[in-house]
Amino acid sequence: MIDQPEMARPEKRLEEVAFRPLLHTTRGWYVWLAALLLLTGVGFFAYAHQFQKGLGVTGMRDTVIWGLYISNFVFFSGVSMAGTFISAILRITGAEWRRPLTRLAELTTVSALLMTSLMPLVDMGRPDRLLYLVRYGRLESPLIWDIMVIPTYLAASIIYLYLFLIPESAVLRDRLNGKVSELRQGLYSLLSLGWQGRPRQRKGLELGAGIMMLIIIPLGVATHSVVSWIFGMTYRAGWDSTIFAPYFAIGALYSGTAMLITLMFVFRRVYHLEEYFTEKHFRYLGYMLAAFGVLYFYFTFAEYLTAGYKLESKDKLLLGNLFFGRYSWLVWPGFIGGQVLPVLLAIHPRTRTMPILFGASLLVNVGMWIKRYVIVVPSLAEPLMPYQWGVYTPTWVELAITVASFAGFALIITIFCKLFPIISVWEMEEGWESEAATVSAPSGSPGGMAATPATISLEGLEGSQSVL
Amino acid sequence: MKKTAAEETGEGARNSLSRRRFLAGVGAAAGAAAAAIIPLTQVTKSTSAGPHHSAGSAKPPRQWAMVIDLRRCEGCVTTEKAPQCVEGCNAEHFVPEGQQWIRVFEVEGAAGHSYFLPRLCMQCENAPCTKVCPVGATYHNEEGIVLIDHERCIGCRMCMAACPYGVRVFNWDEPENPPGALFADYRPEYPVPHRRGTVEKCMLCAHRTEDGKLPACAEACPMYAIYLGDLTNDIATNHKEVVKLSSFLAENSAFRLKEELGTRPRVWYIPGHGEEYGHDIDEQRDPREPRSWQELGATLENPHGGHR
Repeated sequence: MIDQPEMARPEKRLEEVAFRPLLHTTRGWYVWLAALLLLTGVGFFAYAHQFQKGLGVTGMRDTVIWGLYISNFVFFSGVSMAGTFISAILRITGAEWRRPLTRLAELTTVSALLMTSLMPLVDMGRPDRLLYLVRYGRLESPLIWDIMVIPTYLAASIIYLYLFLIPESAVLRDRLNGKVSELRQGLYSLLSLGWQGRPRQRKGLELGAGIMMLIIIPLGVATHSVVSWIFGMTYRAGWDSTIFAPYFAIGALYSGTAMLITLMFVFRRVYHLEEYFTEKHFRYLGYMLAAFGVLYFYFTFAEYLTAGYKLESKDKLLLGNLFFGRYSWLVWPGFIGGQVLPVLLAIHPRTRTMPILFGASLLVNVGMWIKRYVIVVPSLAEPLMPYQWGVYTPTWVELAITVASFAGFALIITIFCKLFPIISVWEMEEGWESEAATVSAPSGSPGGMAATPATISLEGLEGSQSVL
Repeated sequence: MKKTAAEETGEGARNSLSRRRFLAGVGAAAGAAAAAIIPLTQVTKSTSAGPHHSAGSAKPPRQWAMVIDLRRCEGCVTTEKAPQCVEGCNAEHFVPEGQQWIRVFEVEGAAGHSYFLPRLCMQCENAPCTKVCPVGATYHNEEGIVLIDHERCIGCRMCMAACPYGVRVFNWDEPENPPGALFADYRPEYPVPHRRGTVEKCMLCAHRTEDGKLPACAEACPMYAIYLGDLTNDIATNHKEVVKLSSFLAENSAFRLKEELGTRPRVWYIPGHGEEYGHDIDEQRDPREPRSWQELGATLENPHGGHR
């Protein structure tokens, strides 16, 4: 069915739009790529410097023992939540509007998770002993929970992304034949695993997708829980909290949804995807952003109310400094700009327009990064004994590595988009196909991979007998 | 009045007398009547732990504790020196620049008065630091001392985040070591040489207690404010007098820091404000800055350097 000659018009147009970046490279793209490579290169240089001289080249010292690296770690883990998680939820609930969105969402997750995994390595005092984590790892340590869960989530996200790239690679293999280099042709051919769209292959894919969707949702929740427990397992003011795991998970959904809106807007502009990333997509993601934002506000409120009501001495010291003291210049803009304003903008129908939502999503990205920083640094800076508050000023090394992590995040997405369409052509066509199938042949048609994707997982599981 | 206690006990008498009396105490509590004449090495061998020693002996290992008598601590202001416990520690361990494994804080009390509080590692029984270590680089030895294996520490600093007393410090830069330290026989009980990218802290001078010596801070304290205790044998000494640990703590209303956390520290404090050395309750005094091991001239052969 992939080679049907009488391709309907939307298919042709999608092909044109989706394949254009794969076949034509503008000068702007090279400039963008060069900029990203330069920034990541500076980051590598900074890390080489740190590797040689030790963590003394950072602004971290004995009181504030974690800084930008751990803030970035928490931030990127949050960004990673949305993609795969949202994609899986939308697939399971059979939201048809997901189709143009899933690839971008899953890619965001993989890219953000790679950066998440890098940050603790950069933060290690003895990176040469990295493998000790495997050799001597102790299950009792919250850090080992992270070491176990995050790579699992990364692997699952890569598999999940790749599963739908199998038929996509077949599309590219068949339709870009002769238009791309032999090497790329070979790559597509290799990745497609001989996909021909046969019923048996489809069943296998359904099964795999069904299993991965079920695995990925608890894995996403687990990731944000274990990230939070690095902090939650200590006695520190602001960290010593029972709600930290759900608080982080909701924060991650909020932060990740915002990143998805940001990227959607950028891709829409740059790749001219107006037809696919529609006003509806922004509106729906706007609803999600508002819902997660309200939930996050609720958690924030509950967290500070319970501490602020009792005013235990350590909490009093921290809250005083967060809201009225040395960190208030960060806390209030982060709270108003990152939590209140974007939610209001996303709620009100008149401001729920694309450009304003894009602005709101940027505010959330910045606000959530600040929130991460405000979680990490002040709780460490607060004295545990009668000594002075810890001072932390990031050095150029930390700033360079932070910028490089964002550049690296963008770089992975950029390079991926040169090789694969950012809109899943296969999934879009499958949607049209099943739409047509429900009209003409209600069931049993070869292209009938779940008219309502709600049944994907179930069908996939049922199909296991025939596949195995 | 202020100098009496320190001066009346002569230097030489101080060390030998105290050690003998301490060991006598240990022996008495353990049921050995003639402990005072048993050579030092024998006593330490029979009671000190370590897997290689304990094979033949059924005796429970000693469980080290510390008592700091705040009535006697006034930040070494009357001696016109920097806190001697800190300097003793600095010299003994070649404590890297910027770190203080024992630190003397001036604390504001509940009544608005101030007192001095030396803080070292609490050797918690329910230690938050050992729990969170991802590679088991920090652990309790048989005698209840929390040690760090610097050959295993990966420098994640999770233990520093977990410690509620802010005891742990980190080698952010390459630490300076005394000449010859690189050839020293490193072990967690004697953490020399220091290494970049690893966590450090007070380790109750595990290398000294196994030789029957008091920790460097206790030995250096001119006010006899620091006691080493053994919970197994219920005894403690400050190298001047030997006390029954449990009654000493009970009779003097000893307390532990942040008791409510449930970390069960093995360091007790006896409330006070240096009154035994004439430190008034509202008197402002500034302790001097302790000297580093380099300034004290400590070497591997003579870790006390010019300290004493």
